[in-house]
Amino acid sequence: MMTSIPSNSRLRYKSQLRQPASERLEHTHPLTWRLNDDGSRVGLDEYRQKNGYVGAQNALEQAPDDIIQAMKTANVRGRGGGGFSAGVKWSLTQVGDNLPRGYMVCNADEMEPGTFKDRLLMEQQPHLLIEGMIISARANRSKYGYIFLRGEYVDAARSLSLAIEEAREAGLLGDDVAGSGFDFDISLHTGAGRYICGEETALINSLEGKRANPRAKPPFPGQSGAWGKPTVVNNVETLCNAPAVLQHGAEWYQELSGNLSNDGGTKLYGVSGLVACPGLWELPIGTTGWDILERAGGMREGHTLKTWLPGGGSTGFLLPEHLELPLDFDTVGQYGSRLGTGLLTVVSQRQSLVALLRNLEQFFARESCGWCTPCRDGLPWAAKILQTLEHGEGRPGDIELLQEHAANIGPGLTFCAHAPGAAMPLESAIRHFRADFAAGIVEEDAKGGSAVADGSDTAAAKEEVS
Amino acid sequence: MATIHVDGNAYDVDGSDNLLHACLSLGLDIPYFCWHPAMGSVGACRQCAVKQYKDENDTQGKIVMSCMTPAADNSWIAIDDDDAKAFRARVVEWLMTYHPHDCPVCAEGGHCHLQDMTVMTGHSQRRYRFTKRTHRNQYLGPFVAHEMNRCINCYRCVRFYNDYAGGTDLGVFGMHNNLYFGRHEEGVLESPFAGNLTEVCPTGVFTDKTHTRHYTRKWDLQYAPSVCHQCAVGCNTSPGERYGSVRRIENRYHGEVNGYFLCDRGRFGYDYINRDDRPRRPEWHDAGVKTLDVDPALDRGADLLRRADRVIGIGSPRASLESNHQLKTLVGENNFSTGIAAAEQACLARMAGIDAAGALATPTPREMESHDAVLVLGEDLHHSAARLGLNVRQAVLGRREELAEERGIPLWNAEAVKTLAQDSYHPLYIAYPSATELDGISAASMRLAPDNIARLGFAIAHEIDAEAPAVDGLDAATQAHAKEIARALLAAERPLVISGGSLESTAILDATDSVVRALARREKNGGLLMVRREANSTGLALMDGKPLERALEQVSLGHADALVVLENDLYERLPQARVDETLDAADGLIVIDHQRTQTWQRANLGLPAASFAETDGTLVNLEGRAQRFYQVYDPRHLRPECRLHAGWRWLDALRASLGRSAGEPLTFAKAVADCAESHPALAGMESAGDHAELPGTLKLARSPHRYSGRTSMRADISVSEPRMPQDPETPFEFSMEGYSGFDRPRRNVPFAWAPGWNSPQAWNKFTDSVGGHLSGGDPGICVAGTVKAASSGYPAANRIPAAFAHQGDRFQLWVLPRLFGGEATSARADAIAERAQTPCLRLSAADARALDAEDGETLTLTAGESRLPLALHIEADLPDGLVTLPAGVMPGAPNGHWVTLDKAPGKTPGKEDG
Repeated sequence: MMTSIPSNSRLRYKSQLRQPASERLEHTHPLTWRLNDDGSRVGLDEYRQKNGYVGAQNALEQAPDDIIQAMKTANVRGRGGGGFSAGVKWSLTQVGDNLPRGYMVCNADEMEPGTFKDRLLMEQQPHLLIEGMIISARANRSKYGYIFLRGEYVDAARSLSLAIEEAREAGLLGDDVAGSGFDFDISLHTGAGRYICGEETALINSLEGKRANPRAKPPFPGQSGAWGKPTVVNNVETLCNAPAVLQHGAEWYQELSGNLSNDGGTKLYGVSGLVACPGLWELPIGTTGWDILERAGGMREGHTLKTWLPGGGSTGFLLPEHLELPLDFDTVGQYGSRLGTGLLTVVSQRQSLVALLRNLEQFFARESCGWCTPCRDGLPWAAKILQTLEHGEGRPGDIELLQEHAANIGPGLTFCAHAPGAAMPLESAIRHFRADFAAGIVEEDAKGGSAVADGSDTAAAKEEVS
Repeated sequence: MATIHVDGNAYDVDGSDNLLHACLSLGLDIPYFCWHPAMGSVGACRQCAVKQYKDENDTQGKIVMSCMTPAADNSWIAIDDDDAKAFRARVVEWLMTYHPHDCPVCAEGGHCHLQDMTVMTGHSQRRYRFTKRTHRNQYLGPFVAHEMNRCINCYRCVRFYNDYAGGTDLGVFGMHNNLYFGRHEEGVLESPFAGNLTEVCPTGVFTDKTHTRHYTRKWDLQYAPSVCHQCAVGCNTSPGERYGSVRRIENRYHGEVNGYFLCDRGRFGYDYINRDDRPRRPEWHDAGVKTLDVDPALDRGADLLRRADRVIGIGSPRASLESNHQLKTLVGENNFSTGIAAAEQACLARMAGIDAAGALATPTPREMESHDAVLVLGEDLHHSAARLGLNVRQAVLGRREELAEERGIPLWNAEAVKTLAQDSYHPLYIAYPSATELDGISAASMRLAPDNIARLGFAIAHEIDAEAPAVDGLDAATQAHAKEIARALLAAERPLVISGGSLESTAILDATDSVVRALARREKNGGLLMVRREANSTGLALMDGKPLERALEQVSLGHADALVVLENDLYERLPQARVDETLDAADGLIVIDHQRTQTWQRANLGLPAASFAETDGTLVNLEGRAQRFYQVYDPRHLRPECRLHAGWRWLDALRASLGRSAGEPLTFAKAVADCAESHPALAGMESAGDHAELPGTLKLARSPHRYSGRTSMRADISVSEPRMPQDPETPFEFSMEGYSGFDRPRRNVPFAWAPGWNSPQAWNKFTDSVGGHLSGGDPGICVAGTVKAASSGYPAANRIPAAFAHQGDRFQLWVLPRLFGGEATSARADAIAERAQTPCLRLSAADARALDAEDGETLTLTAGESRLPLALHIEADLPDGLVTLPAGVMPGAPNGHWVTLDKAPGKTPGKEDG
């Protein structure tokens, strides 16, 4: 932790944001309008000059239930990929005279493949997150806040530590936040580098110093979370939406997306892969894939789009035709995928989908916590089959075996959402591009027969004889 | 109650259970791994998947894990559903991807839950064609073998070892499919309950090393219901025998006593009965050793007794009631000694008196777990009655369940309950001289000299009830503790007081009496449990015998001239010189024992006794429960030369020979009846077990029906096949012939087996509900400790001891119980001897400084004429002025006496011997 604040700190970051300041306005770009084009960090003074902590000030003057109602009306949905209404989640945190005040935990363990949005917010504008956490803490009566930050985000860690110190010195954290009588402080916790820590209950276990195994739900964290106390866990971007809701009102926020989507507000969209200009854009939620891909300058010279993931490695592959869909939680869900984090990964016709999928599934297999059987033992098997297909050493039946795996590690069958997240790209890739997989299979003749004698062979042989 | 619909049938179940528990209780088979009836659900293995429907009209349904789904009223589920069955088969297929399939060389094979579940789910063809990851195994001590490659990652081991039993040195390392369940480095598993891993592990990762040394498959073993003889708790066990030796001890489920778990002394301390040096034929010791057959031995024994003017009989708290009673009958009531040293017997008498006064009821070990505040005065349960340490731990953790209930979290949701409660415990207070294993979860652990433990107890009683005598000159710290403890006990719904005779302090027992009387006067629905030392100490206390010293005195003083010693080594109980003096004075000594003890070596006539596995008998455990142990095997079948007989049979035969009568030999039923008749306090013992079933009913099998080699195993002795040994005394047959099923109510279960259930999980078929009681009622009957109206007043009021005072250069000696090595018979088992730590004496840091002695340095302890050199271990918090010794190193060490300590000459650090 830093112990003092450099007097003239102008930390500067390499920004992935592709919108100039002139385009980003207070009333249309609540997440990014304060960011500087040069990527320099927005410190406390600058943040306050740009109407910072106004939302928090409003929240501190309101009853917790009114804040929750505003979040519900604004329809802020979980930007970590789950899409669950933040207001509803906050309303489920148990409160009562005989219950202890619990924790407000920010999930900043941004590790979803192809996702780099929270990093931008934490590096360049950490006070927006702190303000969001104060609002959430107020709404959830939380006593203490933790930011569970991805360990590799060392720049974000520096920026956040500095901001927490700044906020404490300014009386915005600690006892009696901004003179409101409400106590709340925040600690930064950097993770040791496991994808599963992004699962909120595994995150809580890790925060407690235990193995990062997810917990069974129910009970939900709002009932019994960190150290058994009521706990609310929100993603960075979700929390960063709260200040504008509290400053400008729920209706204003809901209007941001106009008629593009039922969901409210803006979304940090992004693109990675073989496009001309990968990056991030703050756009109304419900913007189409085309719009975003166009902003990224389309595919790179010589490449055409084969398929794309709408929001990270654990979302399902979509086809070019799906680019015209509005990218919001409900719409994408209807096409066998999920909005996820809203950061597109594009795949070129010249890239091997099998290799890409093998890479993804190896990642998911490696990141399994090892708690439940389908995930722990199913994913490595699927990854090994993909590896043989990639090398042209697959066997007949492998595709069916992969499909069987995808079906048997789905929601409800496994302990948490990790394996279902791994199942989605696997299932969708085979559904859309079965031929790519079939190409990796060595026909039986070439190998001199099946490795396992089964009934079908015998039956076929008998038929030939008769 | 709730009604659930399973595969179209409606059942009434306990709605607070989960579906898996409820279905298993109904006798329905659902495969599972990570769930355990004593440890609840965690939803890890996904094996217990069933289809659940919203209502009777829902045809889609969805797969749920039955262990994580409440058995809510009007639940509709299908076990026999194609999707669920297919998914369950997939789960086993996944679990088996890395399993080595080494069943033929695996010690678990034949009682392996993984084998059972694999067969049950129908997974039979392997599709995984890639390489397997492998692990290195660890040395985990003399009890438990480790083979990590067999692991299916169910997490049961760490959940039992850490969460249930409070261990700290077994963990899970790594992640994804590279998990490792073991210690951070090789070494002896520290928990005294580590042996339960062999039953908790669903496959062969943790197996019984003592079993492997003389391995036999479960189906080839012969069993009988037995009772552990290694302490006073009376855990129920199933010893398994083949070729005339006991190969392993398994837990035998008892709903009130031991449940699913044993301590390691009970599980691994059996090998003394397999010792090669065991006497197996009568011996006449003269100039040399002459072995005799039974009749000549009895003749010589009768002659010896006839020559004597007066014969003293020394019984034993490790022998059955029946044997002790026959000894008493042989020598006469006035000549019968319990074989227990006076100090211990005084404690036993005091405990019997407190129990009989009945201020608070005696809980069963299971009932102990539902108490919500615990006070332990002068016991270290993990050493003196280890299984109870596990019960107390569950009582303390019971606070979790209260919190979970308040917050609507089902009690079976194990991880959620644990998470919610974190470190919230029911209050536990321990007063003991030394550190104890339960200190880690206690509200306060007070290290006190025994007299100060007593003073604390009296002070607590006074705080609870002002009419209880006050303690003069109490120091402020003890006063504060007494106040706090009294407040906690009064705040509890069901306070539990635990005390006992481990420190041989009647003062502590007097204090205990005051505490329970005070609680009773405040109308607390509490419990009192007092620890006794040996398997039948409680029973012997009810038999009205003289203490050992008094009996020996009769011989030393010339009032008696012969001794009959029953299953007792006098040298384990009194100082060598004291015993020598008596035995030198005696004209005749007959020793009946199954061990070649020092006393046996002094005998004129040694009669080889059958051990607990070779005969029937009854013991009374510390709660006053009379329990029957049954003969496991007939030693003469495979060793025709041996002449082992029950103590009670030898004694009856001696009596018959003495009277030159040729009456009917004593039957076991008669031995039981005689004892019950002669001792009103033991009248109930006849119902402790069962004799042979009524004529015409099927006998019970001692072996599984797959038992092999029965007709050939004697072929090296004789090719002609004799009739199998007959057992007219018990309901059991010496073979696989007879009933071994579970569809009739059972209480005498030699081994648990059911079709498809070869592992210990088969016990679920023999209980009225899973985790409940045996279907025919839990065996045994309480004969002592019956509750009477609380008598008024405080009889111990004038026996409050003065505060302990340091006596300059002398130290007060206290022998502390020791789980491994502190009990004479199990100490003769190799594995226990290996596990026992090198004994040392303990002093406080200040006392060690005063002696200028360093940790590890040898000091010589002098107590009267006995001298003992031993290494010093400095225990910083030990009260000053005390020196403690572990049990089993200084027989007859005078507890509470003042001893001196000297630096061993030539052992001073820095001064090397010339």
